[in-house]
Amino acid sequence: MDIASGLLHGFAVALQPANVLWCFVGVLLGTIVGIMPGLGPPATIAMLLPLTAQMSPAGAMIMLAGIYYGAKYGGSTTSILLNVPGESASVVTCIDGYQLARKGRAGAALGIAAIASFIAGTFGVVALMLVAPPLARLALAFSSPEYFGLMALGLAMVVLLAGRSLVKALLAMLVGLWIAGIGTDPFGTTSRFTFGRMELLSGIDFVVVAIGVFALGEVLANMEAREEPQALPVPKGLRNLLPTVQDLRDCRFAFVNGSVIGFLIGVLPGAGSTIASFISYGVEKAISRRREAFGTGVIEGVAAPEGANNSETGGALVPLLTLGIPGSGTTAILLAALVLWGFKPGPLFIAENPQLFWGLVASMYIGNVLLLILNLPLVPLFAQVLRAPAYVLYPAIIGLSMVGVYSVSGSVFDLGLLAAFGLLGYVMRKLDYPSAPLILGLVLGGAMERALRQSLMMSEGSLTILVSRPLAAAMLSCALLILLVPLFSRLNAWRLQAMEEEE
Amino acid sequence: MFRPSPDSWSGLALAALGVYIVLQTRGWEYLSQEGPGPAFFPRWYGLAIVVLGAALAVAGAKSASVNWRGAGRALGTWAVLAGSIAVMKFAGFALGFAVLTYFLVAWMYRRPPLQAALVAGGMVAVFYLIFPLALGVSFP
Repeated sequence: MDIASGLLHGFAVALQPANVLWCFVGVLLGTIVGIMPGLGPPATIAMLLPLTAQMSPAGAMIMLAGIYYGAKYGGSTTSILLNVPGESASVVTCIDGYQLARKGRAGAALGIAAIASFIAGTFGVVALMLVAPPLARLALAFSSPEYFGLMALGLAMVVLLAGRSLVKALLAMLVGLWIAGIGTDPFGTTSRFTFGRMELLSGIDFVVVAIGVFALGEVLANMEAREEPQALPVPKGLRNLLPTVQDLRDCRFAFVNGSVIGFLIGVLPGAGSTIASFISYGVEKAISRRREAFGTGVIEGVAAPEGANNSETGGALVPLLTLGIPGSGTTAILLAALVLWGFKPGPLFIAENPQLFWGLVASMYIGNVLLLILNLPLVPLFAQVLRAPAYVLYPAIIGLSMVGVYSVSGSVFDLGLLAAFGLLGYVMRKLDYPSAPLILGLVLGGAMERALRQSLMMSEGSLTILVSRPLAAAMLSCALLILLVPLFSRLNAWRLQAMEEEE
Repeated sequence: MFRPSPDSWSGLALAALGVYIVLQTRGWEYLSQEGPGPAFFPRWYGLAIVVLGAALAVAGAKSASVNWRGAGRALGTWAVLAGSIAVMKFAGFALGFAVLTYFLVAWMYRRPPLQAALVAGGMVAVFYLIFPLALGVSFP
């Protein structure tokens, strides 16, 4: 079946009234799940899985996939309004999104997040449809050394996330690597840095650290002022709440960058949307003419990561549907669902089940349109949250953070960790340490260690394996270049200063 | 002469963390016949933390001081938050969260006790409606 007839066939399936309804239910649930910190798509899909036994496989898959990509839309809402990342992939959105909200541009930030998500999400579906099989074969060429190269490239982005001091950013990133290493050794039974606590054997969940450092750190910093702070400004009128034409113009490249990077990283099993959002933010900052303004509320700083984490969804479905390889927790549950319904995801899946594959692809087009229609009109409503007085808003953020963390782990011990990371976030703010590199180190630490150790096992201890494979060598060279660029610029600045002093 | 600044202190603290990490890794296998052991990766980032922390401690001696005015209020809030989590362990989320909210509204924002109690009660009720009742997410 060629692409055109496949897509027509797919729309015939997806536009059946029952399937449109399931698509709507999926994206609506996904948006709600995305807004709630800690309550992620894997848990929601797992909870709903038994209910899908009574549904047609196409309808069930359309609904579950709707939850998956709908959550990416919703995740930005609390990041922008409250500095609480609704989802791990929305952590980067906090950096500029929350600053925009503080400047009275919450509506524009929410609007651009929805538009970027729509554009990149649609790009992801088109790419899934066009390039699924060849890209899946390319992803198979990625082995541990290439993954190590990718992780090193991701860590090199610390240069772009650094504030005034690169040393502080590097230290924050290294502490993130250490936190990622807490727990049982992934290759054995050795417990590392657990301080004798059973609760730490399974490691520290990313959500606990991200919510503690970003949300509680922010609340504690705001508590310093004796006077009640002014409510964050919310402009009146729908026109003032939505992005301007200039905003859309400023985000032109961010839409492309987020779409392409998100999809390509999504194809790689294990990389995930969080890494995609970090890398696309780094790239956007690197090529921006106003890079020094990033972190102070730049609209592209919202569009790029939000686009990337939505496009990643299309990419992540490529290895799942064409190779039967799940790249994340959510796709693993989707794989389980497919197996439960009697399918065998793999190279023959598309040929054997055109109705399901093309129905899913077509439903994702419809779902993205539904999400845009659902999210844009809600922007003014969401923005009203900022009108709440501080004495209501801050306890609500703390409560939301606690319930979010508890819903992930079910452990009161993690609430203690949340408080500890909240204090860390506050101290980091006071001492001018950037928070994003800590999260970057935490996200990449585990995968990087696994990739490095597997690579060295493959080469029997020889480090040359990391540079002898072309893809790995190229990515490591890029990482090194990114790390060295600030050093060269500083040396050049010193040289010019010395020359001026001599004259 | 070396004059400690906030950056120096934080650099020293991080260098100490790096030393702790490196010392811990001495108890684990670094390299085995199968490949790198559990000490391999942490030892390298531990050493990097020691080097960068020491560099910050030295280079940060001239850094500007930090304005700690208001830190008492922030740390007080944190202490009550930590206390309310301890309360939650025995008395449940609703009571711990209500106490925390009451403290924030009445003490931090100096609102009348009745208003603080109403906000605390209302907040718990709204959370209960959204999470356990509507979403099926249980309270701590």
